[in-house]
Amino acid sequence: MSSVAEVAFARQEPGYDVERVRAEFPILASSVHGKPLVYLDNAATTQKPRAVIDAEREYYEHTNANIHRGVHALSERATAAFEGARERVRRFLNAASTKEIVFTRGTTEAINLVAQSYGRSCCTAGDEILISALEHHSNIVPWQLLCEQSGALLRVVPIGDAGEFLFDEYRKLLGPRTRLVALAQVSNSLGTVLPVRQAIELAHERGVPVLVDGAQAVAHEPVDVRALDCDFYAFSGHKIYGPTGTGVLYGKRALLEAMPPYQGGGDMIRSVTFEKSTWADLPYKFEAGTPNIAGVVGLGAALEFVERIGLESISAHETGLLEYATARVAEIAGLRIIGTAPEKAGILSFVLDRIHPHDIGTILDHQGVAVRAGHHCAMPVMQRFHVPATARASFALYNTRAEVDALIGAIHKAKELFG
Amino acid sequence: MSDLRELYQEVIFDHNRQPRNFGRPADANRHAHGYNPLCGDKVTIYLRVANGVIQDVAFEGSGCAISTASASLMTEALKGKTEAEAEQLFKGFHEMVAGSGAHGGLGKLEVLAGVREFPTRVKCATLAWHTLGAALKGADEPVTTE
Repeated sequence: MSSVAEVAFARQEPGYDVERVRAEFPILASSVHGKPLVYLDNAATTQKPRAVIDAEREYYEHTNANIHRGVHALSERATAAFEGARERVRRFLNAASTKEIVFTRGTTEAINLVAQSYGRSCCTAGDEILISALEHHSNIVPWQLLCEQSGALLRVVPIGDAGEFLFDEYRKLLGPRTRLVALAQVSNSLGTVLPVRQAIELAHERGVPVLVDGAQAVAHEPVDVRALDCDFYAFSGHKIYGPTGTGVLYGKRALLEAMPPYQGGGDMIRSVTFEKSTWADLPYKFEAGTPNIAGVVGLGAALEFVERIGLESISAHETGLLEYATARVAEIAGLRIIGTAPEKAGILSFVLDRIHPHDIGTILDHQGVAVRAGHHCAMPVMQRFHVPATARASFALYNTRAEVDALIGAIHKAKELFG
Repeated sequence: MSDLRELYQEVIFDHNRQPRNFGRPADANRHAHGYNPLCGDKVTIYLRVANGVIQDVAFEGSGCAISTASASLMTEALKGKTEAEAEQLFKGFHEMVAGSGAHGGLGKLEVLAGVREFPTRVKCATLAWHTLGAALKGADEPVTTE
């Protein structure tokens, strides 16, 4: 015990003031079932700092108007706020141009956009889309839809017993008919970090573009799309302390230029006649209809917040927490961690002998500890490990060692209750 | 912990640890599969119905304590009931866990009354019953709680 605590303590980021960070999140002061909230469901969605809540409120109180059209002052202000957020996203990802930043409702919509726009124009019968066995349903189902429409085939890179990505299998599966590789950067169900940089390098040697699903990565490590050299990068605002209903698709300009629109409507056109319409420039070609303007403004505030704390510090803090939590749960008899890859980020998935994850979830909730119980929208991962579901604790920049201790205590209570 | 005890009563632990009527009877003449896609719980209900009377009932599957205990308790309650009586029991059970909360005449099934205070767990308790409904109707499609 003491050695675990010491190791964890030694690894704690000096100068990372978690209490000050927590103070910025109003919801963290609340109670659940009479117990202080211990929020460990961050892989599902993160809580929002005051800066984000204020940005949305201020937008509605002082700025609200539709963008890219009105000549009045509010519309100009709203457009500036919206496009300012786009510039912030560009800097955050280190993209070359704001033309490469498309706002979506989330990662799911970003991947569907690529599948339907890029995928349908490049895939014919017998072509292949390559994903991994670790993918979230949102990086499986859009490709299955594309396969049904085009006659393309979905190929899946298997994972090992630790939940690790099998690179040699990837090498074998990356074939002459592969038209696109789509990989998670971090697995949402197990926390495995995939070697996306090497995967992209290999795919590019063979002329295959790569989409990276960054939903579980962006809040936990710095991302540089030009250093990665990915062709597409998708993430959700709500998993990086921003509002729900916001997301981003980054795409290399040449690819986006060549792609047909995903949805038709207002704001994405240059001119419309009943005979023929022409499309607006990037990125507006992919942004039909009035977007979630307030949400995007909130997302901009969220990225500013994250940059202020610094992703390097956040990453070090969360790595320390995960190591501490992993060591603490390993002491619990009858507990098995699902996903023990050497490279992991922020996620601890586990099962307990004789106690179903759903029961664990309810009992933990009664101790104020919020975890996810279920298949985590990754049913193939559950099948791979022959479990119907897992309980999953996932960490964020505001979690503490004391909260890990609360989790451990709650698991012991569950065992006590079940006898 | 007090209201957790309302949910997890001893009878429920008992039926979870040692489910009654667990297995697949060779002479079953009706069955249906049920599935809760949210948590992965699966159940198959087997019935032997003769002259409108449930002569035998059993289940297989895997799930949480609430769904396993509910299925087990259900099988005990159904033996010897007519199809109409079984449907009445289902209605009463549903009213208890998902409706007004009124219960009476449900016998041992009433240990599951506490589920009503846990809205996320209602589907765990009703999965077996929905599947029973499908088995009685002879439905081919698996039942899901969604």
